Amino acid sequence: MNGFDAYQVGRRATGAGWILVAAFGVLIGAFFRTQIVQHDKFRMKSETNRLRSIPLEPPRGEIVDRNGELIAENLPGFSVKLLATSPDSLRAVLARFSSVVSLDSFEVDEAMRRYRNARYQPVVVRGNATFEEVSRLEEHRVMLPGLIIQSEPKRFYPQGRAVAHLIGYAGEVTETDLAQNRFPDAVLGSLVGKAGLERQYDSVLRGRAGVRYAEVNARGRLVREDVGQSMAPIAGMQLRTTLDLGLQRYIDSIWPAGVRGAMVAMTPDGKVRALYSAPSYDPNVFVGGIDIKNWRMLNGDSAVPLLNRAINGRYPPASTFKLATAAAALTRGLITFNTRMPVPCRGGIQYGNRVFHCWKHDGHGSLTLTEAIAASCDVYFYQVGMQLGLRNLLEDGTRMGFHDKSGIDLPSEQSPLYPSSLDYFTKRYGKNWSAAGATALNFAIGQGENDQTLINMVQFYAALAGGGIERTPYLVHASDTTERSLGLDEKELLGLRLALTAVAEAGTASNILRATVGKGQVLTIAGKTGTAQNAHGLDHRWFIAMAPAENPQLVVGGIMENVGLHDPMIVRNIILALRRYVLGPESMPDAKVIVRANESFVADSGPGPIEVIGDSAPPAARDSGRAAPRADSARRGIR
Amino acid sequence: MRNAGVDRQLLGVTALLMVYGLIVLYSAGQTDVVTQAKGVWYHQFVWFGVGIVAAYATFKTSPRLLEWGAPALYVFSLLLLIAVLVIGTGAGTAESSKSWLAIGGHRIGQPSELAKLAAVLMLARYLSSLKEPPRSLRDLVVPSALLGVPLVLVMKQPDLGSGIVFIGIFFAMLFWSGVRPRMLFMLASPGVSLLLAFSNYAWGAWMVLLFGLLLVWRPYVWESVTVYVANFVMGAIALSAWKHLKPYQQNRLLTFLNPDIDPRAAGYHAIQSKVAIGSGGWIGTGYTQGPQKRLAFLPEQHTDFVFSVVGEELGFIGVLLALSLFLALLLILLRIARRASDPFSSLMVFGIVGLWFTHIFENVGMTVNIMPITGIPLPFFSYGGSFFIICSLCIGLAARVSWDARMSGYVEF
Repeated sequence: MNGFDAYQVGRRATGAGWILVAAFGVLIGAFFRTQIVQHDKFRMKSETNRLRSIPLEPPRGEIVDRNGELIAENLPGFSVKLLATSPDSLRAVLARFSSVVSLDSFEVDEAMRRYRNARYQPVVVRGNATFEEVSRLEEHRVMLPGLIIQSEPKRFYPQGRAVAHLIGYAGEVTETDLAQNRFPDAVLGSLVGKAGLERQYDSVLRGRAGVRYAEVNARGRLVREDVGQSMAPIAGMQLRTTLDLGLQRYIDSIWPAGVRGAMVAMTPDGKVRALYSAPSYDPNVFVGGIDIKNWRMLNGDSAVPLLNRAINGRYPPASTFKLATAAAALTRGLITFNTRMPVPCRGGIQYGNRVFHCWKHDGHGSLTLTEAIAASCDVYFYQVGMQLGLRNLLEDGTRMGFHDKSGIDLPSEQSPLYPSSLDYFTKRYGKNWSAAGATALNFAIGQGENDQTLINMVQFYAALAGGGIERTPYLVHASDTTERSLGLDEKELLGLRLALTAVAEAGTASNILRATVGKGQVLTIAGKTGTAQNAHGLDHRWFIAMAPAENPQLVVGGIMENVGLHDPMIVRNIILALRRYVLGPESMPDAKVIVRANESFVADSGPGPIEVIGDSAPPAARDSGRAAPRADSARRGIR
Repeated sequence: MRNAGVDRQLLGVTALLMVYGLIVLYSAGQTDVVTQAKGVWYHQFVWFGVGIVAAYATFKTSPRLLEWGAPALYVFSLLLLIAVLVIGTGAGTAESSKSWLAIGGHRIGQPSELAKLAAVLMLARYLSSLKEPPRSLRDLVVPSALLGVPLVLVMKQPDLGSGIVFIGIFFAMLFWSGVRPRMLFMLASPGVSLLLAFSNYAWGAWMVLLFGLLLVWRPYVWESVTVYVANFVMGAIALSAWKHLKPYQQNRLLTFLNPDIDPRAAGYHAIQSKVAIGSGGWIGTGYTQGPQKRLAFLPEQHTDFVFSVVGEELGFIGVLLALSLFLALLLILLRIARRASDPFSSLMVFGIVGLWFTHIFENVGMTVNIMPITGIPLPFFSYGGSFFIICSLCIGLAARVSWDARMSGYVEF
């Protein structure tokens, strides 16, 4: 191209060079003017920066159940703040303050700490002042320089302890949260969700903080409030959940006092209708900052009320897992509902040189699969386990979701324990591990290295109830919409449900069922009990059921810790919950339930899990250990 | 390649700027109230690593390959700009705009940064392919279109700052290709009309001046008519164009003219930044000690307003040092462009000069209110991945052009 000879390029380069120098000269001149010529003016401005921004908290979005009933709302409230120039002046104002509205020393210390962290921001002295306190402060405004009273929405959970674990709570964002950018767009003083639904859907609920500006004089005294342009806060959005508050409250009301455990109700397509964990607490104590006394009480309680046992407690699934064993064998074509096992139940079965016992010492005799599920016969399932083999049990169990979290839209769900392949055992017990056979027997009846969360087990039963498709349970919307098929056809699913109905009608849960169904109303309930033995106390009791059995609308599962074999309370509660949901609340005028436990119900459980070769070390303590000490203290060893 | 061919001045000044930038970025995170700027200096290390690899890769790339690949890169960057309009998200000072490309909620970059470099390469390719420098407005239709498409797309986001950068690149490269300054003046004149249209007197005087200049310069008649009509139309539609701007853009322009109109909201950035810089004095308030920054009065102190931290904490001396380094870098690039072995390389390097000059002048200028506030990063100082990588690529390109010029005539085995 012409125009790129050395002369012309050189001329242009000279021109461009001068333009650059001139432009930088302009910049340097501007800085000289600002920094040197006007230095005094700006230093003064910097020292007496006259505007203080006061954040305006947006009202958090409401949370409602599926009928629009409120779970979390906002009540009008007042927060009292102070603007101060120095720590000393703040201390002085606080002293005057407490002559008007009394402050305890903790509140004073907290205010001083907040001030040191953010000197130019108003210090929150009282986050939830009453109307009376506010009017007294207004009267004495003259003697309280820098006083700012703001009406700020306060979070309120009208359902209280019935929804504590679900809803979580919202609280002021901490500095650690901010430094780690855990809540994008949150600023100091923002109210953010700390647990439960409040945490999970924080970005939807929070809204956007606004700001207004107050003018202070050179000594930091408040001159005018509301100067200039303020930005109104943007309210958070309403969150509609799948919950049925009526059911949730009912579950809370019938839960026996002093018993630890959890209940989950879920429709076959994954909508969670209730999720309850006991013992519970009142989430309102967290609003506006929990005080030390309450925190110590909640945190120090040996019953761990803050633990959400429905998603964070892990328990051996015990007999409730037999349905998974049956499903695996059915999909692999090993058995049908009429298959009888080669060895009839005589109270135990020989494997190697060991006898694996059935819970019923006298034995069940020869059973079909349907009868075996109803009777919860261990010997039958030992043999199913033998036919399947451990590798297939692990593979199928993983496919059915026992290795993974359910994926419910709540934070910090606990992963279940379920090995996905034999590698787990060879890694743990060495290459020469050869107890796959005995382990398969244990796994077939829900023992061994298998701990499940309640939500995970309910998810599996919901799949049995809903066309064999396993869906992610959800409260607002599913985190994962992929549908995992159990691989069972309609006939097989119906067969399993019929077998479960047999459990409920004639089997292990029979007496309770008859006792609870009201006059003239027929509600077939299909369900399976389980007893997880516990080395440290009484057994944990499982019950997972669905109704109506022909076409299930709801699956309810529950676990009660350390209630022992003789306590049928969990079965009763779940049947009541199902009845209330399916037949409606009006079917429950006098929910007086006579519970009689028969022998078969009492003893429904596998025998103690059997120690297998090499499994000498006790399992490592786990997070949920307090809630679910695993039951594998060996009664009998084999070699 | 032998070390003798590596441009030590270029790499030295760049290294100094990177170190200086990192030192300032660390200080930007040191505030009384914890902000998300706290740990960004540490992340910037990662970008340093990526940037150095990228610079080395471009250093090893022949300008011929770049020339050949320019159209593909240009089209690709346009597609990204379109994608960002559909699925983009906002951030920082431009939260309501769509300038970030995000995949699965992770922001992965700002396509407008890539588009700037792509536009430089494309324009260099086109201009170097001409037999003669553009002589008339008609010759400028194609280069205008090449720059206009990405310009319109970034303005749609809306990203005023990047828009200004495209215009800066455009004029710089036309100038370097040999377009006469009076042509550039005529090209720029409608923009001046747009700005002056708010005062009838100023605009009237401008139109008279333009008329006079057109008489003296005597371009083609159709050129004169086009330029004059364009100025007339711009002056006429200015007010309705103003109404089409978003309120925050109007505010930014208004408060640029007079920050005290609205000292709390839109003028807040401008005032706080100027107070921070002004309080710095000769030697500043001390490294990491600036009260304006510490008390979080200074907005976006790790990205767009990072230079205010220099002004507040290191004072006029620190500013002088930073601006001298920037000027040295641009003059070194100018030298490389002058001695380049071929027009494409020369235009490419001068395009980079235009790109960086616009960034530096706009960013530094806005901190002392001689330019309007736009969200535009300062090379080597502002925290941010995509822009830093683009800067590294530019350094690699320039180093290669410099090497080619020094080594031309030598055969190396």
